[in-house]
Amino acid sequence: MAAVHPSRPDRPSVTDLYFDYNATAPLRDAAFNAVAGALRQCGNASSVHRVGRGVRAAIESAREQLAARLGRAADGVIFTSGGTEANNLAVRGFPGRRLLVSAVEHPSVGAGPVDGIVAVDRDGIVDLAALDALLAADPQPALLAVMLANNETGVIQPIAEIARVAHRHGALLHVDAVQAFGKLDPDWDRLGADLLSLSAHKIGGPPGVGALVLADPDRAPQALIQGGGQERRHRAGTENMPAIVGFAAALEDLGDIGAETARLQALKDRLESACQAALPDMVVLGRAAPRLANTVCLALPTLAAHTLVMALDLEGIAVSAGSACSSGKVAPSAVLLAMGETALAGAAIRVSLGWGSTAQEIELFIERFVAVANRLSARHRAA
Amino acid sequence: MSEAQIYLDYQATTPCDPRVLDKMLPYFREHFGNAHSVTHSFGWRAEEAGELAREQIAALIGAQAKEIIFTSGATESNNLAIKGLARCHNGRRRHLVTVATEHKCVLESCLRLEREGFSVTFLPVGGDGLLDLDRLEAVIGDHTLLVSVMAVNNEIGVIQPLAEIGALCRRHGALLHSDAAQALGKIALDVDGLAVDLMSLSGHKIYGPKGVGALYVRRRPRVPLLAELDGGGQERGLRSGTLPTPLLVGFGEACRIAALEMTEEQNRLKGLRDQLYQGIVGRLPGVILNGHPERRVGGNLNLSFAWLEGDQLLRRLDRIAVSTGSACSAATLEPSYVLRALGLNSELAHASLRIGLGRFTTTAEIEVAIDSIVTAVTEQRRRSPLWALHLEGSTLVDR
Repeated sequence: MAAVHPSRPDRPSVTDLYFDYNATAPLRDAAFNAVAGALRQCGNASSVHRVGRGVRAAIESAREQLAARLGRAADGVIFTSGGTEANNLAVRGFPGRRLLVSAVEHPSVGAGPVDGIVAVDRDGIVDLAALDALLAADPQPALLAVMLANNETGVIQPIAEIARVAHRHGALLHVDAVQAFGKLDPDWDRLGADLLSLSAHKIGGPPGVGALVLADPDRAPQALIQGGGQERRHRAGTENMPAIVGFAAALEDLGDIGAETARLQALKDRLESACQAALPDMVVLGRAAPRLANTVCLALPTLAAHTLVMALDLEGIAVSAGSACSSGKVAPSAVLLAMGETALAGAAIRVSLGWGSTAQEIELFIERFVAVANRLSARHRAA
Repeated sequence: MSEAQIYLDYQATTPCDPRVLDKMLPYFREHFGNAHSVTHSFGWRAEEAGELAREQIAALIGAQAKEIIFTSGATESNNLAIKGLARCHNGRRRHLVTVATEHKCVLESCLRLEREGFSVTFLPVGGDGLLDLDRLEAVIGDHTLLVSVMAVNNEIGVIQPLAEIGALCRRHGALLHSDAAQALGKIALDVDGLAVDLMSLSGHKIYGPKGVGALYVRRRPRVPLLAELDGGGQERGLRSGTLPTPLLVGFGEACRIAALEMTEEQNRLKGLRDQLYQGIVGRLPGVILNGHPERRVGGNLNLSFAWLEGDQLLRRLDRIAVSTGSACSAATLEPSYVLRALGLNSELAHASLRIGLGRFTTTAEIEVAIDSIVTAVTEQRRRSPLWALHLEGSTLVDR
């Protein structure tokens, strides 16, 4: 079930291979059908007439589906415009608390004013002793934000342990699960997250919708976007019903996450080991840590990331360098810098797989990637 | 469930135009890239599509593409414009002016700022729903940072005198924000001609998709804003978050279509609206038109019906989808604060209907609407003691 990939207009013989699922995923067929259908349905969920009630019912059913998947109450689901808004709502929503964030958070968590940064080790895992000390240092209750899996390295944090430490100090724990959702299937209920942010387009749902999910619907953040009182007064604005319905359809289409994860893990293992065998100086970042089955962050120490990604694009391979969010240039990865990988921070690229990835694409990737890397390295040595 | 309702609530939301849908759909799958992926062609193609949309939106309000910030909708735009401007300002201007009939998101944003130390003047409107310029002139001064006045009201459809308001603001060095969600694609908007510095726009009110809006932010002179959403630094740092490319494409196409069809369509809607109004007042006494009779957009009619208890009116109108009060507050039983601001008493405000006409409204639908409304009001009045008193000649119950 490969996603629809266009061929390159400039070089029709080359089919683009998409390896940037952590930036965004193509819409799943089931979600596409749901979105396209819902876009043809008119109505505002706040209207009390029958047309409006139809829209309202579709939203509430999606809300229940999402809540059920996470073992949460439907009342605790706040639909937002995406992961960035969900993260902002969480970290700005408790002005009475100190905000502590891990050193590898997405900028939507860590770019604003923070009161403390929790260090990570060389594999990108939160240092629990440092966390404990930071929480103990100030009696003012904290809001701690730690992501479940990192967008650049795929490194998975021990959230349950982090939650125990946080809760021992009376802190609330916000978990950015944007990258982990759909790729990991933990016992969400036992994870210990007080707030959880999600994004639809990272799981093959539509862009423009996400959610902040509360463990306790009564312990909610202060609204960021105010107005008509939608989302139990936590998030104003006409609900984006087609996207919400598409989110639920994508969720449904995830099916057995364990089976899909195993499939991706096998593909990724093949990619990693074949490339490593052909390119002995290749480094896989966060290798020693538990990582998402779909993400490889790798570096060829002598090649700058931007050179490598541009050369790969010419071969029709879409990957990313650093995080895909900042407009314009490719900056050294802040995540890798936090992991102490100063030498590799400007060299690392991210290869991420998803629902449309196939074994055939992996073989093509290996072939083209190794050829590009060898060609560029030879040029580097000659220079 | 009976047959589908005739949709006459175009101010709450509009159906997505099929032409808009056709343009959007490929960007969900074939061209699904993240516009911020700078390292590959999937990203570049998405970025290109978003930039075209930005130009199409800018063109409809006489702005430059660079002055358009994409948001999730007009509510977010209004929040960003008002709170973003105020929180960025460290100077002596600590006063905001807005109007009692603004959308809730404008009023709530102002109230939040009031708690943060700003002073806010909420100006009243006249019985016709229009802002009196003398009242504005009396409160605006060199301490005023921002005046926020909507271009077209969402409940009663009146068009505020923005150009005059803009000129007044300029004279006093205050900035002007306008919530133009209900005006875009209905009346000509030109940010320079109106002297507007910030303007909020919405996709789903002009036959585009929900979940997308825009904020116009003047660049010359530059209007400084503090972002409400931090993160990846998209939209030149003013609004982080992955841009939903298909929604942008839809919003852009909706603006392109509106630019071509707006004038003719407004005339058609005025004709339908007059047919509706004449049909109702020709058959019912005690009908009050809310809002100025001429200075209003074509697709809106807001009527109050004397001598009845309005709470049950909607239930009797099963064939048509119309609204009482604005969509956002319709679920509560509070009478519309907009109608109350016009001076209507609580009974009349309750006994009112907002009928929104739009691109897909037909003459035949208007005929059905006339019948439904006349029948519903007549039946409802039959149960009303106010109607009985009126018939007995009491004038106490009149307005």
